[in-house]
Amino acid sequence: MNRYIWLILFALGLAAPFAVYPVFLMKLLCFGLFACTFNLLLGYAGLLSFGHAAFFGGAAYVTGYLVKNSGLTPELGVLAGTLCAGILGFVFGSLAIRRQGIYFAMITLALAQIVYFVALKAPFTGGEDGLQDIPRGMLFGVIDLGKVYAVGGKSLELNLYYFVFAVFCLGFWLICRTINSPFGQVLKAIRENEPRAVSLGYRVERFKLMAFVISAALAGTAGATKALVFQLASLTDANWHTSGEVVLMTLLGGLGTILGPLVGAFTVVTLHSELSSAGSWVTVIIGFTFVVCVLLFRRGVVGELARLLKKSL
Amino acid sequence: MNRKMMKVLAGATALALAAGPALAAPTRGISDGVVKIGVLTDMSGVYSAIGGKGTLVAVEMAVADFGGKVLGKPIQVISADHQNKADIASTKAREWFDTGKVDMVTGLLNSACALAVQKIGAEKRRITMNTGAGSTDLTNKDCTPYGIHYVYDNYALANVAGSEIVRHGGKNWFFITADYAFGHSLEQNTSRFVKKLGGKVVGSVRHPLTTADFSSYLMQAQGSGAKIIGLANAGGDFTNAVKQAKEFGITQKGQQVAGMLVFDSDVKSLGLNTAQGMLYASGFYWDRDKASRDWSKRFKAKYGAMPTMDQAGAYSATMNYLKAVKAAGTDDPDAVMAKLRSMNISDFFAVHGKIRADGRMVHDMYLMEVKKPSESRGEWDIAKIIRTVPGDQAFMPLSESSCSQVRK
Repeated sequence: MNRYIWLILFALGLAAPFAVYPVFLMKLLCFGLFACTFNLLLGYAGLLSFGHAAFFGGAAYVTGYLVKNSGLTPELGVLAGTLCAGILGFVFGSLAIRRQGIYFAMITLALAQIVYFVALKAPFTGGEDGLQDIPRGMLFGVIDLGKVYAVGGKSLELNLYYFVFAVFCLGFWLICRTINSPFGQVLKAIRENEPRAVSLGYRVERFKLMAFVISAALAGTAGATKALVFQLASLTDANWHTSGEVVLMTLLGGLGTILGPLVGAFTVVTLHSELSSAGSWVTVIIGFTFVVCVLLFRRGVVGELARLLKKSL
Repeated sequence: MNRKMMKVLAGATALALAAGPALAAPTRGISDGVVKIGVLTDMSGVYSAIGGKGTLVAVEMAVADFGGKVLGKPIQVISADHQNKADIASTKAREWFDTGKVDMVTGLLNSACALAVQKIGAEKRRITMNTGAGSTDLTNKDCTPYGIHYVYDNYALANVAGSEIVRHGGKNWFFITADYAFGHSLEQNTSRFVKKLGGKVVGSVRHPLTTADFSSYLMQAQGSGAKIIGLANAGGDFTNAVKQAKEFGITQKGQQVAGMLVFDSDVKSLGLNTAQGMLYASGFYWDRDKASRDWSKRFKAKYGAMPTMDQAGAYSATMNYLKAVKAAGTDDPDAVMAKLRSMNISDFFAVHGKIRADGRMVHDMYLMEVKKPSESRGEWDIAKIIRTVPGDQAFMPLSESSCSQVRK
């Protein structure tokens, strides 16, 4: 994709907190990254994981707990969350990639439910209350992430925003890099025709596991960052609803496109926030949107756009 | 490209570091030209009958009765459904405080949500007037300078109703507890009174919020042989458990089910046949005196049901908040809190009300008994006040509070 478009998007990201409510933007970025990690797995390796919330939520709890109780600085907290999600991903992946298709999805779901029940019952997670009151802390021990700036009559949490934005850019760049590497090409080959990839001499299992671990770790980064933004790690993060939502985001935006999951995540999160006064009707409305999307533009928003422009987005 | 991105990132960090000073100092008068009250409560779940739309109706009534304006500036009411999820509650409250110009949040049914919102309120310097949640943590270890706990709390419930049940011979207890902040706190408070009066807690079991099937919990309770099955849950969970206990014949076999937190709407939905004779504590009953009757009838005409203590409390909290804003001449939270603390709160809802340093609004509590169907003289004639317990005896004494706001 054109590098000018990337630069424009990057500049927009830098300027956005002055126009839009920063906490909302940070939520968009966290879920955007989360959806991108899922897309790496489903869109490029053809693996439908139905347990990604375990990595997202698990990392949120780990980061929240460490930052709150061990006084870890936020960047170390996010790293620890990422690492834990990566390890969890390795365990899940090693078990799940032995099976394919629906069985793969069910195994990931089952394992994710175990994580959910640990989060519900373990003494350190706070059960239904969640892990509340997570401090934002001092980045590298110097920059106060909780600091609020008054700009033009608005109070903006700029330090935190730019931290989240930096984490997002790094994660997003890593995903793009993975997709466009020889490794990514092999993943695509596996997706298209696994027996042929095997016959070409690739050790398919290893590639799948590697993709799974990268995806899980970065999903953890997203969850860990979200825990710092909202100062809360709750059961919602680890619930299978979240696993389902990320599938929705990816399909809505466009499976197997780089920008698609971002667009999908932004759409779903915005819908959730705009329609929150409708209460439980939100689920119905989003379900309806999804049905319309599947019937009318099966490639997702970005997928259809890419087809019209005859470009890869 | 990558190197360029790195440079820009470094630039962004530098920019973030260099940006301007912190928030401006508080001003006199009304900030943002409007006094905005947020009603954040369960609008659709197990607690929606206790609070829900009724709380919003009550707050809107208070604003209308106050005249719609304070110090010449309009009063607005907004509402949201927290769906009993702490993350939705905290996100919504944060958004309201940051961009919605909300000055005060009330309702907050569900202790997990209440604790989350009260902390954010303290961080953002906004007043939270909690009418729905029960956890005593709100005025103890998690108390804040801007948090008020208005209607009832778990200590008072246990003190007024729990100990009364023990005195009537209910010495052996088994708890069925909602597994979150509120349930834990209610079980803990009640156990303390049971033990203090020589009773015994033989066991407890925890169920998730919004449980439809209580059979396994009730079987455990039955097996425990306890005289009293204490239900440390509320709303839909409470009514479900009581109904199922009756279906299983537990109550008929001599074990007694005791609700630790019972709202008038729960009694109504159980029906007097099922609920008759049940003892419970309440901060309000509609049929107490002329003022409470008059207000409740007005409320019923608007909402269609008699108010619960949460809904009546939300009206009273809003009204007194607005009075305090008027008296202080500003909506600055520190000034308003000072006024609220110095006021005597006496209206149709509260008798001898006073807000303490820990945020607890102390007022008279009532020991209630559900009427027999033969005693009831009307659709809403469901309970009678057995005893009025003065606030200073019903609530936790300030000397026992672990709140950091209390000077000892």
